[in-house]
Formats: sequence, C-alpha cells, structure tokens
Amino acid sequence: MTAPSTHTAKPATGIVALLKSAFINALIALVLFSLMVGIRTEAGHDGQLTYWTRFGELASLVAIVFGGSIVIELFRQWIGPTGAEKLVPPAVRNGMSFLGRYLAPALLIFTLLVPVIFYNQRYILDLAILVLTYVMLGWGLNVVVGLAGLLDLGYVAFYAVGAYSYGLLATNFGWSFWICLPLAGILAAFWGVLLGFPVLRLRGDYLAIVTLAFGEIIRLVIINWQDLTGGPNGVSGIPRPSFFGIPLDNSDDGLAAKLGIEYSATHRIVFLFYLILALALLTNWVTIRLRRLPIGRAWEALREDEVACRALGINTTTTKLTAFATGAMFGGFAGAFFATRQGFISPESFTFQESALVLAIVVLGGMGSQLGVALAALAMIGGFELFRSLEGYRMLVFGMAMVLIMIWRPRGLIGHRAPTVYLTKAKAISSDLVKEGHG
Amino acid sequence: MDYFAQQLINGLVLGSIYGLIAIGYTMVYGIVGMINFAHGDVFMIGGFIALITFLILISFGLTAIPVILLVVLLVSMAITALYGWTIERIAYRPLRHSFRLAPMLSAIGMSFVLTNYSQVAQGARVKPIPPFITGGYTLHESQDGFVIQLSNIQIMVVVTTIVLLAIFTWLVSRTRLGRDMRACEQDQTMAALLGVDVDRTISMTFVIGAALAAVAGLMYLLYYGLVDFFMGFVAGIKAFTAAVLGGIGSLPGAMLGGLAIGLIETFWSAYFSVEYKDVAAFSILIVVLIFMPTGLLGRPEVEKV
Repeated sequence: MTAPSTHTAKPATGIVALLKSAFINALIALVLFSLMVGIRTEAGHDGQLTYWTRFGELASLVAIVFGGSIVIELFRQWIGPTGAEKLVPPAVRNGMSFLGRYLAPALLIFTLLVPVIFYNQRYILDLAILVLTYVMLGWGLNVVVGLAGLLDLGYVAFYAVGAYSYGLLATNFGWSFWICLPLAGILAAFWGVLLGFPVLRLRGDYLAIVTLAFGEIIRLVIINWQDLTGGPNGVSGIPRPSFFGIPLDNSDDGLAAKLGIEYSATHRIVFLFYLILALALLTNWVTIRLRRLPIGRAWEALREDEVACRALGINTTTTKLTAFATGAMFGGFAGAFFATRQGFISPESFTFQESALVLAIVVLGGMGSQLGVALAALAMIGGFELFRSLEGYRMLVFGMAMVLIMIWRPRGLIGHRAPTVYLTKAKAISSDLVKEGHG
Repeated sequence: MDYFAQQLINGLVLGSIYGLIAIGYTMVYGIVGMINFAHGDVFMIGGFIALITFLILISFGLTAIPVILLVVLLVSMAITALYGWTIERIAYRPLRHSFRLAPMLSAIGMSFVLTNYSQVAQGARVKPIPPFITGGYTLHESQDGFVIQLSNIQIMVVVTTIVLLAIFTWLVSRTRLGRDMRACEQDQTMAALLGVDVDRTISMTFVIGAALAAVAGLMYLLYYGLVDFFMGFVAGIKAFTAAVLGGIGSLPGAMLGGLAIGLIETFWSAYFSVEYKDVAAFSILIVVLIFMPTGLLGRPEVEKV
C-alpha cells in the first residue's frame, strides 16, 4: 500500500518497521471501512431507514489489509529495487520477441478456426463475438486516440449512432443489413465531423470533457426522444442479418435449405462471428494502410506535436476531422453489427462505462499497437466474463484490475511500436520516446 | 417575475453544491494536471457517511439538531478526506511521472471501484432520510397566489458554501500550505528544490478536495433527502463540466462554473423541459468552449515546441 515516493528513500527493513507499516495501513482501513462496511443501512417498508452492524465483515477486511500489506512489502523487498523487468534474462527476452513476431499470425489463424473448434459451445462463440466487437471498437478508437492523439471519452456515441441507424432504418423501412451497414458508417462519420468542428481549437482535457459531454448528449437525446427511438424501452425486433439477401433461418428460402444441409441455429452464430471478424479485420487493414498514407503520417505528426505540425504546413483542421470521422465510422459499423446481433437496443448499452471500457482497451493495449489492442480486448472482456459468478463484485474487481494494471504497466501491454518510417530496418521504438495525447 | 425569482434561488442552491465539488476537480487539475474521475464518487461516499452518521446519532437519542449537524459534518469531512488521501496514495502517486493518460485511466478504474464498493457495502436501493431542517421564509406573495419560498435548508446550503469558500480562499492565499500549493502548481521541480514537500502538498490537495466534496455530499443529502450509490457519476460529470466551463485550474472559475451550470439546469427545467436539462448544460459548455477555448476564467496555455 505504501507507494514508491518520488525521492528514493532507502526502504525500511526489519520486522518492526514491517509490522508498523502494516498496522498503520490496517488502522487506515479500519477508519475507511468503519461506517461504510461496519454499518449497513436499508430502507424499511414504511420508508424509515434502519441499520444493523456488521463488525465481523469489518474485522475480516481490516485483517486482510493487515496481512496483505505485510505480503506486498515482503514481496517488494524480495524483488528488490531493480524492478521486475531487469530480472528477465536476455535469452528469454529474445525468445519473447521471436514469439511476438509470430503471435499475430498465429492468433489470426486461431481466431479463424474458433467456430470450427468450438462449434458446439454456444457460450464460447457468443463470448468470441463479444470480444471481437470490442476489438473492432478498440481499433476504431485507436485511430482517434492512438494515432491522432485526440482524447475521446465519448466514443460510445458513434457506436450508438450506428446501432440506432440500423435499428431504426431496418424496423421502419425494412432496409436490409447490407444497405444499412455503409449508411450507419456514413451517419456515424457525419456525427464525428459534427463533433470535430467545435473541438478543433480545444486541447487535451478540454477536448476530453467535450467528447464526454457529446456522448452524454447523444444518450440523453436517445432516452428522451421517445417518438423516434422508443426512449428507455429501446428498439426491438431488429431483423437478423441475411447472407447477402438469403435469410439464415429454417424456411425454404433459407441458406440451409438452399445448400441442402440440415438447419441449425448455430449457423447464424457462426455467420455473425465471421461477419464481425471481417469487419474488425477491415478496420485493422484500413488503419494499417492509412498509416502509410500522407493522412496517417499527418495524424501521427499531430499526436507528437501540434505546433510543429502547423509550422510544417499540415492542415490540422482536416487532419483532426478525418481522424474523428474515420474513428467514428468504424464505431458506426460496430454499432450496426451490435444491433443486428442483439435484435434489441436500448440506451442502457451506450453509457459512459462503455466509452471508458473501450478507452481502457486502447490504453492497456499500448496506444497505437494493433496487436496490443486485440490482446487487451481479449484480456478485459474475457477476464470480465471469468468473474461472472462474482455478480455484484464483478465491476469492483474490474475497477481494481484497471488501477493495478495501470500501476504495473502504465504504457500498456505492448509498450513499443514499429515505426512507420524507417531507413533500412524497422527498429521498435520504446514508448518512453513517444509522447501521446497532447491533443 | 415571482416564478423567475424562485427559480433563481433554486438554481443558486444547486449551483453551490456543484461549485463545492468542482473546486476539488479544479484544484487537483491545477496541481497534478489530471482529471480526477473518482471525485464524483468521493462526493457520493461523503453523502453515505453523512447518512450513516445521522442514523447512529439519532438512534443514540440525540435531538439537538445543531449538535447533530456539526458532528455529522466533522465526521463525514474527516472520513471522506481519508478516502481522498488513500485514493491518491494507491492509485495516483505511483503514476505521477507517467504519461498523461495513465493516471486518468487509473482514476476511471478507481471511480468504478468506489461506485461498486458502496453498492456492495450499502445495497443498490435509494436511501431516504426524513427532513431534518424544516421551515423557511415566504419572501413575497403575488396576487395570483404564487409564493416565493426560501427554505432554511437553502439558506444553510448557501451560507455554508460562502463560509467554506472564505476559509478556502484564506487557506490558499494566506497560509504556508496555500503557498506551497501555488508553488507546486507553477513548477513542481523548482518547488521541491526550494524545500516544498511536493508529495505532502499533493496529498493535502486531495484531502481538502475530498473534505469539500463531503460537505457537498452532506448538503445534497439534506437538500434532496436521499443518497444512492450512482449519484456520484452524474454529479461528478456536472461538477467537472462546471470546472471546465469556469476554466479548469481556476478556483473562482470553478465556483462561477458551478453556479452557471446550476442556474442553466434550473431555468431550463423551469421554462423548457426537465428531460433536456442536462443536454442544455452540456450544449452550453460546448458553445462556450467554441468561443472561449480555455473556459470563462482560464488562462490560455503557453504553447511551447
């Protein structure tokens, strides 16, 4: 619990100091938890508040803090002040970089095979679709945050625009998914530009609050514009996607009947899986290609230094707007996919928590690293599912994990990136040399 | 006109609460340069601690309302301040020299932790309390029977805010701690060279911010008569909006922004629609920032290459 301070004092050793610091931590915990955990309040039937004490829980929490701080302190002394990274021998590190080179292709092949391997496990397929949705959102936001360095706290707004575009167009006019998908992207990109205009002059944290406000405005409008969006009840009965016009159902026109195979509900899930995989890979491919184009270079230049960027004659207005529009477009695609997968959308799916989650995926992934974002999405969403049995404690654990990962690796899982421009050989750049997010 | 005056009173009271929370945001931003996303939840924790202290005192048979209020105020300020201190120690201090987004993400994580901690510890249902401070004054009664009311609780909220602001302004401008804080705000390295304990000053900033948030939590509890685990998010975002509107880093700006947001919200609900009051507040923020990119009282950042 005692964090390393800025001035490097020699760590106090000895059993007495250890016990003393643990005792102080336990005392702090006692005060912190005394009222919040030690006393439980609840409103009775007549609206009168009653309370009862829970000193057992309080005592055990304090004991956990006491024991925990001893363990952490011992662990810290055991590792020593050198830090964990230096302990990795060079041989292992070379092996890791070798692994790293083949990790992305191996992961891609594995992903392609997921529906084959887990064909009978609906739960895993659903989870994989969810993870891929977040991979796509992460890659989309990565364009704005990772490449252009514009901090966006309201990314979920574009996800919502995409989802509602498809949901409303499909339920009101009966348009097919394949017509609505590009439309959802275009509409979201339009909203991205709309958001981009007022924030052109803003920097850093002012940008953050405006994007956050924008996300909230979209959500509040969706909730309150009941005639159009159905308000809190959402839009239901959104049609499932078809295989380019051929429905994936049990009818005579269905794909199964046409191919002459037996119908199974899993077909649709597998189709959805490959659909989101294709969309995500499209996002990835476009991003990688754009990074080599002048506009991608301009984004990265903007991230590194806006003033220098302007001095070199780069039009920062169009650079920022294209970044917002591109990121928003992919968010819109993901939203349309989300709507068709769920068949039902409501404002509850588009809260700030979602924005924070996607941003966390991008930052944990290492800002700008495509593979890192994919791994972070897998870790976050997969980890989140692992703790499903914890019920109410799930978000608590999730938040703690976020804090701990940030402390452990503030630069994200993959903290270096391949340079876009190089002379003869691409060398990985340590992320310490890269400053991001100066808006 | 009477209706307008009544709404003005309501807006000022709401704005005072927002302003008290906004000061915590703006102070931390000024010194550490990070958005403390968990601050709204610190305000919520303050409200909960005030509620629990109330319950305990009443069940002990205390009836003197001034005594109860004073004890509740001190207890919730003290414990919430300790929360602020601990949060800084665990989640922010290790990341102080890290890159800019790291402490922000850590703060978002901390906000999730606090929200769900109080949901797990105190349950998800709204906790109401009976009104403690009743009564008020009728300022004016028009012919058609519309009455401008100024309730005692409203007076209390505004007076408490003014007193706290006076103490706080004195603290920042006259004391050793305030001087250290202003020094850290300008240049941490130089301040450290001149003998200012930067770690301690930053800790104290969080402690003071959390204590003010606790007062805001208590005021909210008394004014609206309820707390719930999710109230920190909305109030936090509004207060943060207020801080940015006033110019983040500027203390009078935070209060001004808080009042502005409170008034906009109240008048919009009164004259247009209750549903879109938050949309109005956020839209005005965006419009103001288009024309004044550093807020109402913010100083423009000097651009260095």
